[in-house]
Amino acid sequence: MVNYIWVLMTIVGIVFAIFNGTIEEVNKAIFVGAKEAVTLCIGLISILVFWLGMMRIAEESGLLERLSKLFRPLVKLLFPEVPTNHPAMGYILSNMIANMFGLGNAATPLGIKAMEELKQLNGGKNSASRSMVTFLAINTASITIIPTTVIAIRMNYKSAAPTEIVVPTIIATILSAIGAVLIDRYFYYRRSRKG
Amino acid sequence: MEILSLISLMFIPVLIGFILLYGTFKQVPTYESFVEGGKEGIKIAVSIIPFLVGMLVAISVFRASGALDALMKWIRPAMESIGIPAEIVPLILIRPISGNAALGMTSDLIAVYGPDSFIGRLASVLQGSTDTTFYVLTVYFGAVGIKKMGDALKVGLLADLVGIVAAIVVVVFFFGA
Repeated sequence: MVNYIWVLMTIVGIVFAIFNGTIEEVNKAIFVGAKEAVTLCIGLISILVFWLGMMRIAEESGLLERLSKLFRPLVKLLFPEVPTNHPAMGYILSNMIANMFGLGNAATPLGIKAMEELKQLNGGKNSASRSMVTFLAINTASITIIPTTVIAIRMNYKSAAPTEIVVPTIIATILSAIGAVLIDRYFYYRRSRKG
Repeated sequence: MEILSLISLMFIPVLIGFILLYGTFKQVPTYESFVEGGKEGIKIAVSIIPFLVGMLVAISVFRASGALDALMKWIRPAMESIGIPAEIVPLILIRPISGNAALGMTSDLIAVYGPDSFIGRLASVLQGSTDTTFYVLTVYFGAVGIKKMGDALKVGLLADLVGIVAAIVVVVFFFGA
């Protein structure tokens, strides 16, 4: 599906530009987009190196395992296919916790590690397993407790109460997370019925 | 507010301190472990590059051509008819695609309509309650080499939709329309 969307966006863009006289902008956009992507990845290196380094310590000291023991019932419910003592549990949890505190930068490396472990659990296949789809669904619903960036923007524009959106955000985020899990379950059962 | 900003300020340093102390207490060779884990970070960052280049080029072509604007104009009446304010439509469309663009739009909406307006509040909550599905999908699956995504994209986008509806309902409930 991502293949089609990718081609569709590009082709529609090009065709639209031809008829719209924006082909010059599109020419520029190709190179700007590519450059932006590389810049983003280079920017990610520092954060990835730092957090994965830290997480290795947390893993070797058994901290991740203790953390996952604490929240095991919840994660077990969401990821029934992940064995109880598997390191994937720890990474999934730390990713969720990082997301909750609005630490998107810290969440990404942890999420990637979790994916790696889930892939191993799936026998190293290059197709997404059930747990991977669930993990992605939860991530895209983005469970946030402290939307730090938004608060900062609101303060910047002199809001009378910059943090008044915290509680609504938490409620909206919980609703969307529940929705994500339900949608994920629905698609899973539809898949398994088809066999 | 002060407590909240204090927590967000303290969180990372305290977490780092705790990990280091716990590691030392459990006699982990902290520095060596850190370096070993860090090496993996470089590998991952480099392996994501082709995925992001492909995705971002497509998105910027789509946007630069004016097709995105046209699409927004086209679906605007449908969105408004189900109670989604037109001003917020561009943000909703861009949110799953690009986090930076969405953040730009959120701050733009807050600047134009004011942080304490309905639009400003809705943009704030939306920014916090949904995520860049395409980015997460590209980076996470790209980094570990997943080529067949299964239902992941569908589920992610539907989850975004739920997030959007939830944000609107909650903001109306809390602050009135």
